[in-house]
Amino acid sequence: MGFVEFKGARDFIVQRRKDLRFDRLAIPRKKDLVFGTAMHPVKTGRGLMIGNGLVYPELNFTLSAVQINDNTLPQITEQYKSIITEAIERAIHLESNGVVFEFETLMEMTLKPEIGVELVKVMNDICEDYYQRKGFKSEIRLTPNDIRDFERPPKMRTSPYLANMLELFERGAESGGDLLSIESTGGKEVFDEAVMMCDIRQVMFSLIVLGVRDMRFLWEKIVAIAQSQNKIPAGDTACGFANTAMMLADKSYIPKVFASVVRIITIVRTLVALEMGATGPDKDCGYEGPFLKAITGTPISMEGKTAACAHLSPVGNVAAACADLWSNESVQNLKLLGGMAPTVYLEQLEYDVRLFNAAIRSGEEKVLDLQALLVESDIHYDPQALILAPESVIAISEEVVKGKTYLQAAINGSLKGLEIIEEAVKNKELKLEEREKAWINRIREELSTMPIQEDKFIESVLPMIEEGKFIPEEYGL
Amino acid sequence: MDLLKDLTESVITGNATRTVELTEKALDEGLSASQILNDGLIAAMEIVGVKFKNNEFYVPEMLIAARAMKAGLKILKPILVKGGIEPIGKFVVGTVKGDLHDIGKNLVSMMIEGAGFQVIDLGVDVPAEKFIAAVQENDAQIVGISALLTTTMVNMKEIIDAFEASGIRDSVKVVVGGAPLTDKFAKEIGADGYAQDAATAVEVVKGLIN
Repeated sequence: MGFVEFKGARDFIVQRRKDLRFDRLAIPRKKDLVFGTAMHPVKTGRGLMIGNGLVYPELNFTLSAVQINDNTLPQITEQYKSIITEAIERAIHLESNGVVFEFETLMEMTLKPEIGVELVKVMNDICEDYYQRKGFKSEIRLTPNDIRDFERPPKMRTSPYLANMLELFERGAESGGDLLSIESTGGKEVFDEAVMMCDIRQVMFSLIVLGVRDMRFLWEKIVAIAQSQNKIPAGDTACGFANTAMMLADKSYIPKVFASVVRIITIVRTLVALEMGATGPDKDCGYEGPFLKAITGTPISMEGKTAACAHLSPVGNVAAACADLWSNESVQNLKLLGGMAPTVYLEQLEYDVRLFNAAIRSGEEKVLDLQALLVESDIHYDPQALILAPESVIAISEEVVKGKTYLQAAINGSLKGLEIIEEAVKNKELKLEEREKAWINRIREELSTMPIQEDKFIESVLPMIEEGKFIPEEYGL
Repeated sequence: MDLLKDLTESVITGNATRTVELTEKALDEGLSASQILNDGLIAAMEIVGVKFKNNEFYVPEMLIAARAMKAGLKILKPILVKGGIEPIGKFVVGTVKGDLHDIGKNLVSMMIEGAGFQVIDLGVDVPAEKFIAAVQENDAQIVGISALLTTTMVNMKEIIDAFEASGIRDSVKVVVGGAPLTDKFAKEIGADGYAQDAATAVEVVKGLIN
């Protein structure tokens, strides 16, 4: 397998801004959609080459139950320091090629950006120290909270909280955050009820009408901040949407088929970050990542079985099939028998990436063999796993890019996803409860009768949404 | 009685129009509002709750049934109020201060309402004072507090302590819930009950009111 010529992140940003929509796949062949390799790798400040032939671990951590205030801040700072130090020490001991540390801030750290900024600096200083002394490469991915959600209905454009978020991005990047990400929530105020009712039209409205608009608004700003600081506008995820659906499906609250279609719709929404100039690596909890990789060629971070510390999922192995960073989502800083939990998880991730990288060193055949096993072990048990198989990813992505509008792209992709699920059930390749099967046609019928012109679609859905649920002007409507 | 059986069925199948028709018919035929409520509407939601727990119903089917139940209750409410018939209990619920997650809380609210309680939903990011005010204004017997983050679940103790300081603690039962919580944590902070998920919340709340 040959590696594609590296294009610097800045070149990629310039190229993407010329082409606001992706109309073909960057990776159209299944055998090229593999872990560790992306068409447009990203080089970080300290030299991690993400998507250029190695998979790296991405360690994500959070605090155990503690209030965040001026009294507890010194103790909290010490916690973050020791998390990074101990994880790097273990990574060096395991002869790791490098690590990304995701600092997913807690609300208080975004509400008061100075807290978040100080913690980024403290952690980055440690990363830089190890880089200088021992040549060990590690980076901070900074993920502020989308605190516009504090107000209901949220003010996505005029919220005073937006300034706090952008300040944390700006000063956090300055203080050492190399990769900038967020789990933005535009449209969530409509989505939450829609997903509980399994109302695919309202889900579509929340993600494609509202979500897309908010993504364009927010990512123009994030990309500008990243460019001004020479940092990487990495990407967004629809965690609050598709992962909420996945969790509800896991509890049998909603059908898995429905959750699968929600995931597919999020492809179109999250892709907007890349249209606006994001370069990847996309964030770990975005299981829409493989589709983004197929469409744009950008590297992605994924999480699977090692994210069980944060949430359970039906995609523990298949999630790794195309990963360039392999993550644990979030682990609390608690003492386990083996050591502090973040260090323990760093080790788990490192052993996994050793396996991926051993396959890469051994050649294309071994990469494809390992990928095939990761895929085969999951896809027969849940439709959400089935749609993540590389062949499904490519088939669905092909339909997405055919769409001339965001709405059409989402409808196309969703219908293809349903077709794949239905075919697998028919061929007895997918186990699906009887009560799930009825939802395939139910959702298909809704999708097939949806107006594909956005104004007509909006007109048809608005009467179904409770007045005051969202503020149209805050989405530019 | 066939009429009440039909009413129960119309709620279970989520047919709000038919629920209203049958509720009015039952009143016309001389059944008391409380009998229609208890043996028709609430009985239907108990069956819905069982079907949900047994994985026969998804949440949407449960929500549609709840809407049908509410449609019938709307007809009965003026009569119940006039007759001095109170709901089974009053339940104040909210997501703790600093936390914006509410899907679980919304589901619990819906199920508790279906069980015959009056629900006062305070939303998200709710400080202690707001819980206290709601309990006092509504004479509520039960408070439900939800949290989904390890850094916000600690605020639950503050709320319970605030109940103590304001003198309402003895008059109200507190039930807590949310993904990072455990029964042990609930006991440690002085809560009266812990709901592992929305499906068990109704049983826990009913147990506390009894």
